[in-house]
Amino acid sequence: MIYSDKVMDHFTNPRNVGEIENADGIGEVGNAKCGDIMKMYLKIDGNVITDVKFKTFGCGAAVATSSMATELIMGKSIDEALQLTNKAVMEALDGLPPVKVHCSVLAEQAIKSALWNYYEKQGIDPEPIIGKVPDCEDCH
Amino acid sequence: MEKRLIYADHAATTAVSEEVLQEMLPYFTQQYGNASSIYKMGRASHEALNDARARVAACLGAQANEIYFTAGGSESDNWAIKGTCDRLAAQGKKHIITSVFEHHAVLHTCEYLEKHGFEVTYLPVSAEGLINPADVEKAIREDTALVTIMYANNEIGTIQPIAEIGAICKAHKVLFHTDAVQAVGNVEIDVKAQNIDMLSLSGHKFHAPKGVGALYVRRGIILPNLVHGGGQESGRRAGTENVAGIMGMAKALEIATADISGKIAKLTPLRDKLIDGILQLPQTRLNGSREHRLCGNVNVSIVGIEGESLLLMMDYYGVCASSGSACTSGSLDPSHVLLSLGLKHEVAHGSLRLSFDRDFTEEDVDYILEIIPQVVNRLREMSPMWERMCKEGISLV
Repeated sequence: MIYSDKVMDHFTNPRNVGEIENADGIGEVGNAKCGDIMKMYLKIDGNVITDVKFKTFGCGAAVATSSMATELIMGKSIDEALQLTNKAVMEALDGLPPVKVHCSVLAEQAIKSALWNYYEKQGIDPEPIIGKVPDCEDCH
Repeated sequence: MEKRLIYADHAATTAVSEEVLQEMLPYFTQQYGNASSIYKMGRASHEALNDARARVAACLGAQANEIYFTAGGSESDNWAIKGTCDRLAAQGKKHIITSVFEHHAVLHTCEYLEKHGFEVTYLPVSAEGLINPADVEKAIREDTALVTIMYANNEIGTIQPIAEIGAICKAHKVLFHTDAVQAVGNVEIDVKAQNIDMLSLSGHKFHAPKGVGALYVRRGIILPNLVHGGGQESGRRAGTENVAGIMGMAKALEIATADISGKIAKLTPLRDKLIDGILQLPQTRLNGSREHRLCGNVNVSIVGIEGESLLLMMDYYGVCASSGSACTSGSLDPSHVLLSLGLKHEVAHGSLRLSFDRDFTEEDVDYILEIIPQVVNRLREMSPMWERMCKEGISLV
């Protein structure tokens, strides 16, 4: 199995690792049993994601997709973040081995899960905006 | 810290040693005759094979005519198991005894036979990674065709009580095969004294090239062909012999078995220093017995991190290692070996195997012990699983 240079770059030098205190939205997807957990923290000002941080337990691709996903939504509007697909994350990383595609799905879900939490905190029903965020089991 | 290159994955494969290479070279460009040909150059190849067969046999306490050359460990396992079952099914014997933590060459062969009407008993292993010979005895039935138990486990390096199992099988007149791929060159093997009927070995695990192996079959056992065709290997395994590879394997096996006690004396303290050093880290455990363990095998779980990330980071520092995490196995589940010890999935995901040989040094151990804490701390710092374990005081070891 071979990772692209971009995946290796984001694995060895992951961007935006950490936590945000008093984050406006926190999402966590995956579970330890499956071998990957992604936790995403968002700071949102108006409609704009002003800061994003992540923590990931998982393989090289899991770390790289989380890192890339944070880069792709940093400074973007919520709408733009909601439109981010796992395909876009994969393309930005110059591709992933087939067995690692689920990591990019997890990254997309982590963002949606954090935004779900953001809307809940705002007292807004997230489901009409985000749709259902599938369970980790569904990505396998 | 100066970066180094340390190959610590000898259980995966080894380099062809210089002496082995020299032994092989003439058979590529000068003595390349087909061993089945009648002229002098063919006869020379035939004699080389006879020589190699006698040398391999001597290393195992066998007779030359009990050694069959194959393309490696998996073929040897397939042949021993399918061949035995093929023959004994005609006598109504359709039961196989094996263990849950065999190599896939054995497990998948047994699963294949299950689809063809055989019944398989998969013996459990203890939390220490050992098979209880009494369990073997209890499992033997009237219709048992074969017991196949590995000599040493490929992931956790635990050495099984092979002589005891051999004695039990002999007493019950049941054939006994062992996959000794990881054991050869690490433990003293004597097929007669240990009552082994069939034994698989693979050259590339002990500095011979890849693609060559052998199956020992005790005289008197008739094993139907797996590979049909020409009359090579006494008509039992067709295909023009890999003379160079076979000569290399004979040389490599002689070197590997020449001073096993010296190897054990040298590597055991290094292995134990490595284990003790890694176990200094919180939430770590040794997988498999320390006492009944190959001298060149370390397998630990480091909780809170995932194995593939660990390997990639270690590779960055120049250390080649392996893991039983799901991500490295290409399947959804972590290693069946680690799960068979009763490990939770999340603990098995954080496993690390380091396997080494005679050239391993104290400096190598020190270097590995210097980088592992750095790598582990870095991965744990970004792990939400570790964060939760710390916050909630969860222990998984």
